[in-house]
Amino acid sequence: MIIQDKMIVKSQKEIAHNIFEMKLSGKLVGEITSPGQFVHIRVNDSYEMLLRRPISIAALDTAANEITILYRAEGQGTKSLSTKREGDIVDVLGPLGNGFPVEETEAGETAFLIGGGIGVPPLYELSKQLTAKGVTCVHILGFQSEDVVFYKEEFNALGETHIITVDGTAGSQGFVTNVMEKLGTDFSTYYSCGPMPMLNAVEKMYEGKKGFLSFEQRMGCGVGACFACVCETTEGSEKNYIKVCSDGPVFPAGVVAI
Amino acid sequence: MNRLSVDLPGLQLKNPIMPASGCFGFGKEYGKLYDLSVLGAIMIKATTLETRLGNPTPRVAETSSGMLNAIGLQNPGLEGVMEGELPWLEQFDVPIIANVAGTETADYVEVAKEISTAPNVHALELNISCPNVKEGGITFGTDPKIAKELTAAVKAVSKVPVYVKLSPNVTDIKEIAIAVEEGGADGITMINTLLGMRLDEKTGKPIIANKTGGLSGPAIKPVAIKMVHEVSQVVNIPIIGMGGVTNSQDVIDFLSAGASAVAVGTANFVNPFICPTIIEELPLKLDELGINHISELVGRSHRF
Repeated sequence: MIIQDKMIVKSQKEIAHNIFEMKLSGKLVGEITSPGQFVHIRVNDSYEMLLRRPISIAALDTAANEITILYRAEGQGTKSLSTKREGDIVDVLGPLGNGFPVEETEAGETAFLIGGGIGVPPLYELSKQLTAKGVTCVHILGFQSEDVVFYKEEFNALGETHIITVDGTAGSQGFVTNVMEKLGTDFSTYYSCGPMPMLNAVEKMYEGKKGFLSFEQRMGCGVGACFACVCETTEGSEKNYIKVCSDGPVFPAGVVAI
Repeated sequence: MNRLSVDLPGLQLKNPIMPASGCFGFGKEYGKLYDLSVLGAIMIKATTLETRLGNPTPRVAETSSGMLNAIGLQNPGLEGVMEGELPWLEQFDVPIIANVAGTETADYVEVAKEISTAPNVHALELNISCPNVKEGGITFGTDPKIAKELTAAVKAVSKVPVYVKLSPNVTDIKEIAIAVEEGGADGITMINTLLGMRLDEKTGKPIIANKTGGLSGPAIKPVAIKMVHEVSQVVNIPIIGMGGVTNSQDVIDFLSAGASAVAVGTANFVNPFICPTIIEELPLKLDELGINHISELVGRSHRF
């Protein structure tokens, strides 16, 4: 169920250049049903920055009643959020959307997880849940440069991890597709989150494979009422437009026109 | 006695608070979050004759204390709303105000005729002020003569009272208000959004795909208050006021300016529970002001 929660900041730190890791505690944690769901955050109490910011859930710790979010402090809103400190209260709406289907990959099978930049975070909780059920996860993570690479060790601890940067300052040089070419297609399922051009390339390269993609769009309400965050669907789909916030953000490969 | 009740043409409201059209879909999303029967009314998303897919994305951009939107009247069309949306809303004890939009008079008339027969539609809101569609919408709302004629044409077929939603994007909103009253409008709803634009910092290009969008949120409240204050003094039909309402004090302000009821728009996106929260707060506000019934506040800004 979607709830509005006053969550408590348990910690906040900059883990890469302008990339922040924030841990939040509150009853909302108990409502999360799948990795890839997101929360809609008011960055402060003022109406100056009116709208909430959608941020994906990077990790879920039910025992500690905590979630981890990873975000880039780029605009005014996320910069404001990055000033929150331990003990501060944050107005959070969530969990929102439909996440990645963990059940689509069986124990013993292999899943490829492909992420780009600030699209990487939701893949972390996904990998935790997949590996916990006995799926072998291979991570292909693309970043701009070394200074914005994050969670390399965390992903490494879960499975084979390939880091690739556009400028070659960390891992190999190039795009995630360069790694994908080398690794072939010997896997059962792929899951991906990142910028639209990357999702497009991933979907094309893995045509015919079972895959799930998480999309991003400028959002208003986050619950499906305002019709701001729509995506066009491919021909032959039941609906012409689908809403990223409430129909997605995760869709099976081939549903969204990209 | 219910201190919050409001009687308007076609509408017996248990309180003066209703979500504004376009900010609440057809209620399904918010119906998962709270009991919609607590609301005074619901203004559902604009209905056009045919299905509309709306504008390309991005459709929204945040601005200082507000937001721009150019959704483009995306809706499932008259048939879709009659069959798929309105029957679902019947489970709630709440009157529906159906927002009607079109590109020509015949569209408006056909939608109004049909949608006004739905059992839970207690009033129509004639949308002559949507700034985000190329044809129709606002073109009906900026010329007093055309606005009057359209109002009369819709009044002639509607089974329920007709409220006309006015655009602030005009030189003299009073002129349009008087015209729709002459056309037979039972009430006025105001204001729709103000036209605006935001540029991308890096590219210098408009962020919204439609280039321009409608500005809403707290930023527009002073404009709306001024217009309600003015219009309420030149017409004899009731006004449902809106524009940047985010809390119970804003509601008091709109009533004081001359509105009889108040719609909440953008604030639903910020806080999905804002309408029930305001409804709970209002009696406390009345206590603070030493007022018995909410209707006593109406028009304080210009009454002696």
